[in-house]
Amino acid sequence: MLFTLIFYFFSLLAIGSGLMVVFSRNPVHAVLWLILAFLSAAGLFVIQGAEFIAMLLIIVYVGAVAVLFLFVVMMLDVDFATLKAGMARYIPLGLLIGAVFLLILGIELSEWNSSGIAPDLRQAIQPADVQNTVALGNVIYTEYVFLFQIAGLILLVAMIGAIVLTHRKREGVKKQDVVSQMYRDSTKSVSLEDVPSGKGLS
Amino acid sequence: MIGLEHYLVVAAALFVTGVFGIFLNRKNVIIILMSIELILLAVNINLVSFSVYLQDLVGQVFAMFVLTVAAAEAAIGLAILVCFFRNRKSISVDDVSLLKG
Repeated sequence: MLFTLIFYFFSLLAIGSGLMVVFSRNPVHAVLWLILAFLSAAGLFVIQGAEFIAMLLIIVYVGAVAVLFLFVVMMLDVDFATLKAGMARYIPLGLLIGAVFLLILGIELSEWNSSGIAPDLRQAIQPADVQNTVALGNVIYTEYVFLFQIAGLILLVAMIGAIVLTHRKREGVKKQDVVSQMYRDSTKSVSLEDVPSGKGLS
Repeated sequence: MIGLEHYLVVAAALFVTGVFGIFLNRKNVIIILMSIELILLAVNINLVSFSVYLQDLVGQVFAMFVLTVAAAEAAIGLAILVCFFRNRKSISVDDVSLLKG
């Protein structure tokens, strides 16, 4: 009974905040609603028993992705009112496509049943006496270690790509030029001058 | 009793919300990126629900990789957005027509 209540609380919160992300006029509010949607999805994962993914969702999505969105929304000086101007024009098309998707998913949900051979096709059966995080760790670092490394590589490439894309050379900023420092010649940078007395160097 | 179908309904509702958001905010790239994040969240709910239903950990491992790719996608997308805003002083999708494709 308690689980049912918690499930309905979190699921209604997730769907409601998802709708608010789409409909809110202010993008900062949209990001905050997105954070709430992620948090309630994490709550859903916790009552399902997938604690590790729930914590990962909070750390990665709320801690990194949503804050990144918030930074970009606040950094860009955009007039969001003009972007919202033609919104009403797209509502019928959006509703049509949303209804089609909902219909397809509804038909699938009503006609859905589990295959008889599905239990035999399981690749990593969850042990009954081990915590979720421990069980996941046992699987990730043994069977799926290469996929794990590739995921790290994807993050590295994304990081380098983001830095390369947003890096810019600005005028009037003094920066260290290591190559010119290394190729500096001491014979050219220091010279001995014979200064005539009373005249100075021009 | 809360079964698999309940979670699938929640995931379907979130997915449709995300798709609807893409069509509703066709000009604002930031909201489109947020809608894509909502869609990926719905996919993750599906994966974890089936993983719990079948007692198979592969679904949760896959959800983790989806999470990784979603984070990378958000970072790259926002970087492109910042880059585009510097050049055109706008984030409207209608202005991204330089290639005339």
